[in-house]
Amino acid sequence: MVTTGISREQVLDWLSEVLDPEIPVLTITDLGIVRGVTIDDELVVELTPTYSGCPATEVIEQSVIDALRKHGVEGVSIRRVLSPPWTTDWISEEGRTKLKEYGIAPPEQGASKRELLHGHRGIACPRCDSLNTAVVSEFGSTACKASYKCCDCLEPFEYFKCI
Amino acid sequence: MKKDALLAYVLRLGDNALILAQRMVELVAAYPELEEELANANFALDYIGQARMFYTYAGELEGEGRSEDDFAFLRDENEYRNFLLIEQPNGHFGDTITKLVLFDSFYLLQLEALAKCSDSRVAEIALRAEKEIRYHLRHNSQWLVRLGDGTEESRQRVQTSIDNLWAYTGELFAPDDVDNIFEAEFEGPDLYEICKQWRANVAAIIAEATLTMPEDEWMASGGKEGRHTEHLGFMIAEMQHLQRAYPGANW
Repeated sequence: MVTTGISREQVLDWLSEVLDPEIPVLTITDLGIVRGVTIDDELVVELTPTYSGCPATEVIEQSVIDALRKHGVEGVSIRRVLSPPWTTDWISEEGRTKLKEYGIAPPEQGASKRELLHGHRGIACPRCDSLNTAVVSEFGSTACKASYKCCDCLEPFEYFKCI
Repeated sequence: MKKDALLAYVLRLGDNALILAQRMVELVAAYPELEEELANANFALDYIGQARMFYTYAGELEGEGRSEDDFAFLRDENEYRNFLLIEQPNGHFGDTITKLVLFDSFYLLQLEALAKCSDSRVAEIALRAEKEIRYHLRHNSQWLVRLGDGTEESRQRVQTSIDNLWAYTGELFAPDDVDNIFEAEFEGPDLYEICKQWRANVAAIIAEATLTMPEDEWMASGGKEGRHTEHLGFMIAEMQHLQRAYPGANW
């Protein structure tokens, strides 16, 4: 088996090179979907899907296998973990910064504690930081985003919905 | 017995999600405006994702090597166990919104209960799906209120939608053996309690929409036994066409 001598940290480091195909500034570790790495007889990577129907799930799984193969690790298994369900709270601080720089307003923290789905209070424009923003649509180009506009700088922007 | 009921229950969950998704897919690129187009497509995707998880689990429970695709594409109409409400034609926008509000009001309560059931796989899927359906229901209820409390024309048309679809809601709360065994053996949903809660929630939305709750009269049933309205066969024929014409076709 080719997993001998590989550390968990090393694998996590390699996984942090895998990009989310739909928001390619974020890595899968930024997103918080890597839930575990176990190295036994074989290497198992545990991933949690963001939305039930997220079309990126399969692509991400294949990217993980490809990325590890590039580093000489063969025979990787992927395990999908549904519980506890993914929440936007698991997006890292670094991920939030990258989202904002990319022009997507990051989700508020505390999605699991508050019913943020029921109110869009003070979503800041990722370009000018104004809180004077308005919802254009609760939906966007992917299941995880809503469309907003800034009433000060007039730029439209996407907001990563809290779930 | 216990395992058969679990399998049957999981398949029903999958069938409801898939058939509803297929109905919504019919509307892709045919919605009256762009925002709702996006909403519809996103919602359909959630249901498809849920159907896939339920079917994959059903295949494992059955242990005969059937995949999610086998359940979706290689079963006949009478093997589907979805509610009759789900398979009703899309009609106009008000019909679609009404159908989604009536069903999702039930489905959300069902998922909340399932998230606490003793089968860990069903509970995990339910916990994931619950968050999605809560978002759908909030959006679609707002539309029902806007249509009901809108113009005289929209009010009258959406009231007719509610009156027409009401006869398909009784089936949601009529427990059969599968429901009873699932409730007893897996700490599953209590349909009597769900019915009470559903009526209260739906009555609140209908009241806000300044519409009238229909009288409970004759209720249609049969979906859970595979006796469907004429509409399902046409849907399935279209959905399964490719697999039937080119068996085993793959991407």
